[in-house]
Amino acid sequence: MNLSTLTVHEAQDLLGRGETTSVELTEAVLARIEAVDETVKAYVTVTVEQARAQAQAADARRAQDGADAPPLLGIPAAIKDVINTKGVRTTCSSRMLENYIPPYDATVMQKLNAQGSVLVGKTNMDEFAMGSSTEHSAFFTTRNPWDTDRVPGGSSGGSAAAVAADEAVFSLGSDTGGSIRQPAALCGVVGMKPTYGRVSRYGLVAFASSLDQIGPFTKDVTDCAIVLEAICGQDPKDATSAPEVVPAWREAMKQDVRGLRIGVPREYFGEGTDPAVEESVREAIDQMMALGVEVEDVSLPHTDHALATYYIIAPAEASANLARYDGIRYGHAAQDAESMWEAYSRTRGEGFGSEVKRRILVGTHALSSGYYDAYYLKAQKVRTLIAADFQQAFEWVDAIVSPTSATVAFKIGERIDDPISMYLSDLYTLPGNVAGLPGISLPCGLADGLPIGLQFVGKPFEESTLLRLAFAYEQASGVRYTPALA
Amino acid sequence: MATAVTEKYRTVIGLEFHVQLLTESKMFCACSAQYAANPPNTVVCPVCLGLPGALPVINEKVIECIVMTGMALNSQIPEFAKFDRKNYPYPDLPKGYQISQFDLPFCIEGHLTLDEEDGGRTIGITRVHQEEDTAKSTHVTAASGERYSLVDFNRSGVPLMEVVTEPDIASPEEAAAFGRKLRQIVRYLGISTGNMEDGAMRCDANISVWPADAPLGDIKVEVKNMNSFRAVERALYFEQERQTRILESGNDTRVTETRGWVETSGETVSQRTKEEAHDYRYFPEPDLPPLQLSREWIEGVREKLPELPAAKKERFMAEFDLSDYDASLLTQSRDLADYFEAASAGAKNAKAVANWMSRNLLQRLNESGSEIGDCKISPDALAEMILMIESGAISNRMAQEVFDQMFDTGKSAKVIVKEQGLAQISDEDELAGIVATVIAENPAAVQDFNQGKKRAIGFLVGQVMKATRGKANPGIVNQKLQEALRQD
Repeated sequence: MNLSTLTVHEAQDLLGRGETTSVELTEAVLARIEAVDETVKAYVTVTVEQARAQAQAADARRAQDGADAPPLLGIPAAIKDVINTKGVRTTCSSRMLENYIPPYDATVMQKLNAQGSVLVGKTNMDEFAMGSSTEHSAFFTTRNPWDTDRVPGGSSGGSAAAVAADEAVFSLGSDTGGSIRQPAALCGVVGMKPTYGRVSRYGLVAFASSLDQIGPFTKDVTDCAIVLEAICGQDPKDATSAPEVVPAWREAMKQDVRGLRIGVPREYFGEGTDPAVEESVREAIDQMMALGVEVEDVSLPHTDHALATYYIIAPAEASANLARYDGIRYGHAAQDAESMWEAYSRTRGEGFGSEVKRRILVGTHALSSGYYDAYYLKAQKVRTLIAADFQQAFEWVDAIVSPTSATVAFKIGERIDDPISMYLSDLYTLPGNVAGLPGISLPCGLADGLPIGLQFVGKPFEESTLLRLAFAYEQASGVRYTPALA
Repeated sequence: MATAVTEKYRTVIGLEFHVQLLTESKMFCACSAQYAANPPNTVVCPVCLGLPGALPVINEKVIECIVMTGMALNSQIPEFAKFDRKNYPYPDLPKGYQISQFDLPFCIEGHLTLDEEDGGRTIGITRVHQEEDTAKSTHVTAASGERYSLVDFNRSGVPLMEVVTEPDIASPEEAAAFGRKLRQIVRYLGISTGNMEDGAMRCDANISVWPADAPLGDIKVEVKNMNSFRAVERALYFEQERQTRILESGNDTRVTETRGWVETSGETVSQRTKEEAHDYRYFPEPDLPPLQLSREWIEGVREKLPELPAAKKERFMAEFDLSDYDASLLTQSRDLADYFEAASAGAKNAKAVANWMSRNLLQRLNESGSEIGDCKISPDALAEMILMIESGAISNRMAQEVFDQMFDTGKSAKVIVKEQGLAQISDEDELAGIVATVIAENPAAVQDFNQGKKRAIGFLVGQVMKATRGKANPGIVNQKLQEALRQD
């Protein structure tokens, strides 16, 4: 058996029974990285030495803790390079932070470290999480393990590909408009964006503060529940984190789904949705019905405006969030500038890629005097309407079901010169961020050998319902999606 | 100042104050706000350095300070407030934006009435809101001629309160009086040192001058860089004169601009015109949820409000029967007022305490350039001295000498009197003996007295005083002399 293929709960069982060690597990994952990452390119940084040291420490701690060992003790994890890891380069896949080593850990890292998980590396992404393919990484494009000519999705493409290719047992990503769920769908793994406020954003390099949320990539739904339990909870360092109790999801997800109601929005499955994707998702919906889930027609009338709303609010917040990269204190700094303004413009001109610049410009414009009301303020009002749509639908149903992505993984280069078609990659995921709702994506079939993602979006702080639906579907379908990567 | 020219025009002034708050920690992180004594860039953390991923958390104490100030300035405290980002690039602004408040500040629609001697007008307060301080830039030219700047982030994120007035102020003197009054209030509240000199309180002024009989125009000049109230007054005078001269020329070439006060040359210099002004692109701070201040919380803050200068002055006049002048003087600062009340409680004679404080204590403090807090005479010690005067243990004249020694050495009146044998002689038998001796030794004076030269008694009193080195109780000496001379 190749240890790198294990899920978190499988590894837990073996570790608990003393049939393997964290050192063995970590070495297997490092060997897998060594073997395939030249092809997949999931990692910006592999932390070999640190991983080995942490694995040894985890084994020593397991000897002490015995049955009380925390669930993630000794489990190798990959972390999106937008989450601060103390002493380990955190680049956001940007020239701007190419050599930036943070002096502190993000709250999620503190939580993982407290459990004793093993950091194997930092994963590639679209620069500052802006993109849907990792093609906007300043360093390289990550390949989809199912077809290395195709993108893994984005922006958390590296984290999705690492888990799909068994280069990590689980990983963390961030989701601002679909950046966890869309790559999870395209790579055939489980990805969840928790409710806004569930996971502390402290130490997550901000893209769009009111939309960003950290979440897990895992090989199955059980792992999703396990990792979620580890990273959620209110944080005094994040004023937007919510004072909600963290449920025992691994147990809660097993509850029968009979009688739950899911809604299929009338406005979905329109033009642009791949027929094979639609077919697969509709089959999955039928399977849910067979499990006793009721399926309802619902309406989300402002769906058409979600994309425009998102592409005002996210860039507006980003334009302020990225203002700190000025070359004064850290990060790239232009050499030999003659004046402060030249230093600024050259530092930022050299340090940022084209997509980041595009969004900073759009966001700056949307907030400018004379345009604020027409753009930013209007977008905030539409945001309220979109949230109200969901609220209304949730009076009838417990979750919304849809494809995660309108298409399967697209070819590298296919959309890179067409921002609008790239933005459309996130059509089914954006509304969840705009409304702050939790969403999960899990594989529900293949089209031409490429994974298709099924998405459930739920009420605020009702991740339990999403995990129940996803777990029930996963159990019923009985398929484990593994790419035939050499 | 009412010259012909100034009568033709009216001056419109609005002020903005930035006040550093005396909280333990900074506005949005746990770093100490008392950074001044530390080496550069040592009182910093990911939050106040603007590191990637760091998030702000509100310091509730700051909100309390601001709401308290709003209450002292008779403001409305809305239940709903929010924070906004004010965007502009500068090396001393680590996030590239400042967390401030735009359209929903903590306090709105207040007012402050100036003292009678400052004209007694009521000035509207537009708002009081929260801001965070920037880092400190130092611009250096090296011996080689190379020019560079250094940034110290210790000050970054220190809580600031901004107080904005309505354009209700009509003269430079009134502007300075308002500033002093505001400083007195923040000091009373104990929320700031209010020191202009070290930047703990900063003032920007908007000023424009218009023909008295025409409607106001929409040009205004913002004046910055004044680091004392004296400078505020001088800068506004300069600007008033400058604008008046332009109007007098008949060709109004003024533009809306920012001008800096140059203390050394005593003039304002243009720094930035409207075309170069920033578009701050304010928008709601997504990292901080809007704040709902409950009525209970607001009332809780109100209960913590100390007695404010105006109320204290009224009470001193009513309770202690002080003059308007003395009451103003003794309520200048909370420390001074507390000192007065403590000493009065000990001496049971507020009038006497007020006299000693206004005539002696404040004068000595002024001369030595020190504050009441530095005074070596405790309120109890002053009370003791006053009781000694009343009991006749020392004379008023001796008390002057004793007080000066108390002020210099911090010794109590009793100790000084004992050490130097200064106690007043009030023993009647002892004084009768000395009087007898003086009468015996000065027959000429006694004869003069007996022949009707009543003034001769003054000479005899002087002789008694001389014999006792001034320690004799003059009342008793007089009485004893009268008795002795009548017997003759």
